[in-house]
Amino acid sequence: MIGSIKGLGVTLKTALRKPVTAQYPAPDKRLEIDERYMGFPALLWDDTVAEPYCTGCMVCIRECPTQCMSAKMKDNPLHADGKSRRRKIVEEFEINLGRCIVCGICVDVCNFDAIEMSHEHELGKYARNGNRVDLPELLDMGKQFQQETGWKPTQAKNIGRVEK
Amino acid sequence: MITTTQTPTQQADAIDLMVNMGPQHPSTHGVFRLVIWVDGERIVKAEPHVGYLHRGSEKLCEGENYGQVITLFDRLDYVANLNGELGFCLAVEKLMGLEIPERAERIRVILCELNRIASHMLFYGVYGLDIGAMTPVLYGFRERERVQALFEAVTGARMMHNYIRVGGVKEDLPDDFGKRMTTLTDQLGRGIEECDALLSDNEMFLERTKGVGVIGPADAIDYGVSGPSLRASGVAEDVRVSEPYGIYDMFDFGVPIGANGDCWDRYYVRVEEMRQSLKIIDQAMRQLEPGPIMAKVRRLLRPPKGEVYARTESPRGDLGVFIVSDGTDKPYRVKVRAPSFANLQALQHMLRDAYIADAVIILGSIDIVLGEVDR
Ligand code: SF4
Ligand code: SF4
Repeated sequence: MIGSIKGLGVTLKTALRKPVTAQYPAPDKRLEIDERYMGFPALLWDDTVAEPYCTGCMVCIRECPTQCMSAKMKDNPLHADGKSRRRKIVEEFEINLGRCIVCGICVDVCNFDAIEMSHEHELGKYARNGNRVDLPELLDMGKQFQQETGWKPTQAKNIGRVEK
Repeated sequence: MITTTQTPTQQADAIDLMVNMGPQHPSTHGVFRLVIWVDGERIVKAEPHVGYLHRGSEKLCEGENYGQVITLFDRLDYVANLNGELGFCLAVEKLMGLEIPERAERIRVILCELNRIASHMLFYGVYGLDIGAMTPVLYGFRERERVQALFEAVTGARMMHNYIRVGGVKEDLPDDFGKRMTTLTDQLGRGIEECDALLSDNEMFLERTKGVGVIGPADAIDYGVSGPSLRASGVAEDVRVSEPYGIYDMFDFGVPIGANGDCWDRYYVRVEEMRQSLKIIDQAMRQLEPGPIMAKVRRLLRPPKGEVYARTESPRGDLGVFIVSDGTDKPYRVKVRAPSFANLQALQHMLRDAYIADAVIILGSIDIVLGEVDR
């Protein structure tokens, strides 16, 4: 008997305290996302020269464990005009977010600060390949992330602007 | 549960009732099939069928470089991800002869012990559920959730962390880690006591678990059982103590052992282990000093040619990782000695002569994770 009564005491105590659960879809009652939270990867936008940070160097693509990304590189027109230090720039970039395992390896290996794990995590789609995102969408995700978190580049030496 | 008649097999002579449990059965904690031959209510013979969750992880490792393999080890034991990562990283470090910075070692210990608590909390919850008690699962998950919230702040992910690296850890701890840890250990300490009071002495729980699924120490060792399931049979074997890896020899903690090797002992050894883990965390937190978190290693690892075997104590038991390296950036062969897989072999022994109603309880008490069993 004693054991059951002890257990009952625990449940009774629980009835008196505040609930620990959160009301998930309600926007104002959700749990807060931590600063380091890894959502899906997104490409960042360099405001100083108005171009993506990404040069399409393919390092992240080779290192991705699920091979879910692809990219194409082109000569940077802004470099020819002397506005940017990036000789090459990304032309096409695609990530199949449905295949991405959110491991963060692409962010680790990028030498140009071009990719970051955004806080985006609600990507339910109706179409089977609805989560294949291309360059503009990735940059949109990135811009939103930059706005929300006030992201600052960490590898300043690789940044594109030409110092005058 | 489906009941079928089957022609008598050689082993189960004159028994014609075969009960098939799974592969889709809620209490198998995954996809696992158990075929039981019964005589009345008694189990005569039981046959576990594994492999329904086979993803070929070991083979996949051969096609990924060492940094990428860590993501696969996250997904073996998906309840104790950090312990899995640690197993692989330790093996590669042993092969390369790396010296790990003190701070990284401490961070690893803290996070792995937290993961052990989270894993045992999950066991606590679902074990209550296996027996038919709904309440424990809510308490267990509440505590586990707190640990995972901290993991999210530290590693960026709740379950698939990819945080422990060969040579250290990925990132330093966040600034408010100390503060959060104080609250967390406080809450966990209270939570463990609450969980203990809720279920451990409950008469109905005792009735269902005491003396059920007994396995003696000699049999347990013969079957290769390890971890809490072995310690419940009274064998004080813990890799953290008998063959310390990392900096485990610097901590003072007890190894709880059971007396009877029954389901209740296997349950209570885990409850007690959570308390010991808190003790380790407490010591490690006090020794935590600023410093480097990564040894000097190249990004693309190329360990020297050779073979290595490293053991760690995962929440489920003795996790061994065997790597053959041919000197390139990808392992030539990776073999995982999964504790759940070995523990599962003892199920046949435990189930013999038990009541069929206890099958689920006995299966639950060895706490398998199918991701690790089938790999
Ligand atoms: S994101 Fe970084 S690593 Fe990937 S292609 Fe762009 S610049 Fe290269
Ligand atoms: S997070 Fe991992 S899986 Fe996803 S795109 Fe980056 S490297 Fe690939």
